[in-house]
Amino acid sequence: MSTDVAVRVEDKLFYNRYQVDPGRAHIKVRPHTTPSPQLKALLKACPARCYELNDSGQVEITVDGCIECGTCRVIGEASGDIEWSYPRGGYGVLFKFG
Amino acid sequence: MIEERFDAIVVGAGMAGNAAALTMAKRGMKVLQLERGEYSGSKNVQGAILYADMLEKLIPEFREEAPLERHLVEQRFWMLDDKSHVGLHYKSDDFNEEKPNRYTIIRAQFDKWFSSKVKEAGATVLCETTVTELAQDAYGKVIGVKTDRRDGEIHADVVVLAEGVNGLLGTRAGLRDRPKPENVALAVKEMHFLPRETIEARFNLKGDEGAVIEAAGTISRGMTGMGFIYSNKECISLGIGCLVSDFQKTGETPYGLLERFKQHPSVAPLIEGSEVKEYSAHLIPEGGYNAIPQLCGDGWVVVGDAAQLNNAIHREGSNLAMTSGRIAAEAIFQVKSRRDPMTKENLALYKKMLEESFVIKDLKKYKDMPALLHNQSQNFFLTYPQLVSKAMQNFVRVDGTPKKEKESSMLRSFVNARSWTGLFGDAFKFARAWR
Ligand SMILES: Cc1cc2nc3c(=O)[nH]c(=O)nc-3n(C[C@H](O)[C@H](O)[C@H](O)COP(=O)(O)OP(=O)(O)OC[C@H]3O[C@@H](n4cnc5c(N)ncnc54)[C@H](O)[C@@H]3O)c2cc1C
Ligand code: SF4
Repeated sequence: MSTDVAVRVEDKLFYNRYQVDPGRAHIKVRPHTTPSPQLKALLKACPARCYELNDSGQVEITVDGCIECGTCRVIGEASGDIEWSYPRGGYGVLFKFG
Repeated sequence: MIEERFDAIVVGAGMAGNAAALTMAKRGMKVLQLERGEYSGSKNVQGAILYADMLEKLIPEFREEAPLERHLVEQRFWMLDDKSHVGLHYKSDDFNEEKPNRYTIIRAQFDKWFSSKVKEAGATVLCETTVTELAQDAYGKVIGVKTDRRDGEIHADVVVLAEGVNGLLGTRAGLRDRPKPENVALAVKEMHFLPRETIEARFNLKGDEGAVIEAAGTISRGMTGMGFIYSNKECISLGIGCLVSDFQKTGETPYGLLERFKQHPSVAPLIEGSEVKEYSAHLIPEGGYNAIPQLCGDGWVVVGDAAQLNNAIHREGSNLAMTSGRIAAEAIFQVKSRRDPMTKENLALYKKMLEESFVIKDLKKYKDMPALLHNQSQNFFLTYPQLVSKAMQNFVRVDGTPKKEKESSMLRSFVNARSWTGLFGDAFKFARAWR
């Protein structure tokens, strides 16, 4: 059990329903050259794995799979690393069960 | 701007918001409730155990209409190491009573029903509307809200902030800080569907009886956290949560923890062959009494998770949310009935009434618990579960070792891992925090 299990988050998100709001990302990452410790933590802590490292080593976000938990805000908003809002009314994740 | 003026605006249609809107609408107040989801419940995540008493105070006949899953007859607590669990199970036929005390529910469905009651009581409920900011006058008094709809400023005498754990609006308006990583847990959850009979057989249940399991131990890998497995009619809710600060520190992934929890030999057989239909995540306030922010001010009150009213030790949140929502509404109604203005001084009645209720009394009782579990997470969530499991195995395995030797080796393993002072210290601190 101590060995790490491989998990494909994309498969998990596939179960969910979303109403995507094209061109209106509700979370933004502040432009940077090297990521802060907070931004690096988001690569692992986001339950939908919305944060990824790009080829030149910066943290990027794709909000389409976001499940709106607020974890990244709690970690990264105070330091100014990210800007966080809820999606517009009616958009975003639509839980059937919750 | 919407010209119409309301007695009260409620932000959020979760447990707290619905309780507040219902209570005020029933008293004849002109209430507007705003919810960002497609419908009430479509953004909300919970285990979920519903405590009947608090809902009964709002809707006495709820058992006949609400979408309830199973009434709980059994509670299991499991302490896990990697391969075993030591369990404490309590099952009683007493819980098969006419008016059961606890039920499992599915939040998206339950909230939708709850919201229909709010509408019946006469409140205006506007969904698919995100409140973006509070509207304040030059003196900082809250006079209404701004929304993402066109011409979206709406005015009211008082705003009830029932916006849930993130409490974005309150932070934006400078009414309170954003939650700190050490005061909130991130929980991830899946819904596992199975035929009804399979669930009943695996949990040893008859008809609509239900069982729930709370699990702690090495599954959280030394972080402060807990897993849960709740039986619904045709599905099992399974999830795990740990403090955000611990995720930040350890670099563990939430889905990695969830997967390992599912693969635990005590858990896997319960969900074997199930079809997963949803993956969700949500924060839980865990800071307890010391994390409660200002509860009211000029033109506003805050209720439920947004006020961090959550008893993590007992996994109670929605009942505190419903109760704080109801009490805030009653206080507002009293102020209004006296024709007094909705000032901080007058709305302090809500705070006073809440302090007299179980909500604040319970949170006060456990005020030292969050810090204790947080600072000692390695011991409480890793070392002790491993030691207890080893001791149990030692106790039940018959291998020709004399019992006396077994006992002293068990004791030695505890002392080696934690030292005498450590053991006594932990026991003492735990007892004091529980008192
Ligand atoms: C995994 C998990 C398991 C849990 N298990 C239990 C349990 O078994 N028993 C229990 O009693 N409690 C449990 N809880 C806690 C419980 O879910 C919460 O305490 C409860 O939901 C709080 O209710 P609330 O109304 O304050 O917040 P919420 O239910 O979160 O409602 C907030 C509402 O406000 C809306 N909103 C937020 N911001 C805006 C905005 N700007 N504009 C418009 N609308 C907005 C949201 O969409 C949402 O509908 C659990 C929590 C989790 C995460
Ligand atoms: S809100 Fe939650 S799911 Fe969305 S990006 Fe942030 S951490 Fe990920």
